[in-house]
Amino acid sequence: MLWTRRSFVKVTLSASAATFLPCLVRSYFPRFPREDDPTDESLTEARHYEKLPYKKIRCVLCPRECVVDDQERGYCGVRENRGGKYYTLVYGKPCTWHVDPIEKKPLFHFLPGTKAFSISTVGCNVECHFCQNWQISQIRPEQSTDYIASPLEIARAAYYTGCESIAYTYAEPVIFYEYMYDCAVEGHRRGVRSVMISNGYINPEPMRQLCDVLDAVKIDFKAYTERFYSNVCHGHLRPVLDTLVLLKEIGIWFEMVYLVIPTLNDSPDEIRSMCRWIIEELGPDVPLHFTRFFPQYKLRNLPPTPVKTLERAWKIAKGEGLNFVYIGNVPGHKAESTYCPSCGRRLIYRIGYMTEVEGLRDGRCVYCGREIPGVWK
Amino acid sequence: MDRRDFLKRAILGAALGPGLLRPTIAGTRSRVVVSVGKGRLDEGAVGVLLDRGIEVLFGAKAKDVWQELFGPGDVVGLKVNCLAGRGMSTRKELVGAVARRLISAGVRPEDIVIWDRANADLRKAGYRTNRGGNELQCYGTDEVGYYPALIQHMSVGSLFSRILIEQCTKVINLPVLKDHGICGVTLGMKNFFGAIHNPNKYHDNAGDPYIADLNTLPFIRQKTVLTILDGLLAQYEGGPPYMPQWTWPFGALLLSKDVVALDYTGWQIIEKKRAEKGLPSLREAGREPLYILTAADPQHRLGNADPSLIEVIYV
Ligand code: SF4
Repeated sequence: MLWTRRSFVKVTLSASAATFLPCLVRSYFPRFPREDDPTDESLTEARHYEKLPYKKIRCVLCPRECVVDDQERGYCGVRENRGGKYYTLVYGKPCTWHVDPIEKKPLFHFLPGTKAFSISTVGCNVECHFCQNWQISQIRPEQSTDYIASPLEIARAAYYTGCESIAYTYAEPVIFYEYMYDCAVEGHRRGVRSVMISNGYINPEPMRQLCDVLDAVKIDFKAYTERFYSNVCHGHLRPVLDTLVLLKEIGIWFEMVYLVIPTLNDSPDEIRSMCRWIIEELGPDVPLHFTRFFPQYKLRNLPPTPVKTLERAWKIAKGEGLNFVYIGNVPGHKAESTYCPSCGRRLIYRIGYMTEVEGLRDGRCVYCGREIPGVWK
Repeated sequence: MDRRDFLKRAILGAALGPGLLRPTIAGTRSRVVVSVGKGRLDEGAVGVLLDRGIEVLFGAKAKDVWQELFGPGDVVGLKVNCLAGRGMSTRKELVGAVARRLISAGVRPEDIVIWDRANADLRKAGYRTNRGGNELQCYGTDEVGYYPALIQHMSVGSLFSRILIEQCTKVINLPVLKDHGICGVTLGMKNFFGAIHNPNKYHDNAGDPYIADLNTLPFIRQKTVLTILDGLLAQYEGGPPYMPQWTWPFGALLLSKDVVALDYTGWQIIEKKRAEKGLPSLREAGREPLYILTAADPQHRLGNADPSLIEVIYV
């Protein structure tokens, strides 16, 4: 598509709205006074944990299954055992929020062109050396000056800023599970949907329950080797694969992102094996986004991913039969757009976060009628 | 290069420079003094234990040792361990006795900083937090924050307390003798987890090699003049929280210039107590503190973990 003056102005205005609207609600959420040590009464009890003898607990929210002594915290640093009861320390305390295009998540087959009210708390249950949000994901609640916002307030803010969805994103929403769950419930009451942007490092039962209140999930698939997961992310591959299979089984909409890091997870063999696994276990219609790495956090000794490497991965995935393969973090690349797998015509045109739906009606290609999977309205 | 970059480079440069390769103590025999007392251990009695321990450790009069090690112009951090509340944190009597001797050596009270991770932790352990004025300083890192540049070193990548990086010229490490449910024991080296912003990330594999790696950082290694392990009340099971049913009144201070030898000795004391009480060894319990051995290996060379090279003197 050629950008007409009208479409350009429309997109620019909506992007500006996304930028300025937060100012209108900035005062909506007060800041949590950092010095305050929350009392047990003001904290929310964690879900998905088991009590053990001598006031210990075992958290079964994520595959780490931390056994935590009294007064101690789990690996994620945001859940604390107080006298044998486990609490989340970040419930109602987002450290950041923004109104983002849904494409930024990225979710390309979920309400394209809409805005997502995006929130995060501090903390994460893995430690990826390339984390681009480590200043929030790798800290503890007392090291941040958080907002105070109940699920109801988040849902209202999303509604009043014209967002179609609430996105749980930036750090790792698994670790603010209870807050995410309750925000999603409040959002649904106002017709605002919920999407989780996650590493997929979660146990099956909590994930299953969460899917009752979510509308879409994006999984950051870090690599297709256990070596990468354990050496670069301090996690394991198997639970993430299990989560993906579970999402497929449940039938919730999900997309996958694969951050291609030079020399660490960019080998053609690894990408081919991964694509074969996806086709076999998840089917060919799962969108797969290959995104570009930039040096961050503890991984500063590698260059940004060459665009050629991303294109090679794209070709492999297409060659293996995946229908919706994208290239991300390369604004203006033609593989940012959605094409019909049957007739090859462009259906959704994207440049960066500017989106134009041009060939899709009622979830079908307007040119050949092929059904295009996703959540379109 | 801005000030922050410059400082970061200076810190890391030192970390990677010849200092790391120079054996601190390894290769020579290390002395660990266990200064044991009896009865009620108030600040006066703890001071006597402390002086006796210092004299045996350094082979000189306690007063001279304090004056030799510290003096006017020093800003001395007393790194306490306060996570377990009043029951099982560094005793105020010990901290008081140390502070008194520092002042006698010429350190101004306002240049003595009793610190740990958070004000709330210090208060829960019975300390009165105070910042400013010309009395003893007592505050957590949350009061002044972390030095903003990420310091990456071996397996560790963390933000470090400004108290350690920017304020103190010298540190006296004052940990507690106790069991740890994940890392086996929490003694001298592990006490520096209280100086980083992300200790929760470094408990995997019973803290090995993270605890050893952390302690090779030059600003920890070079600033730490002395480690005094508070074993007045010790805990052999159920740590790090205070579990009174597993404590015993050991009534001792353990002192050493070699933190690895000190940790090794503390570990053996806890193992002995566990055996006496019919508990499995830490290895059998799946949490042998191998990080102590790692700290002594050729890559770390932070001290001795070989009993034939450690002279333990009970006084
Ligand atoms: S959610 Fe946090 S506390 Fe729970 S198992 Fe995972 S890392 Fe551990």
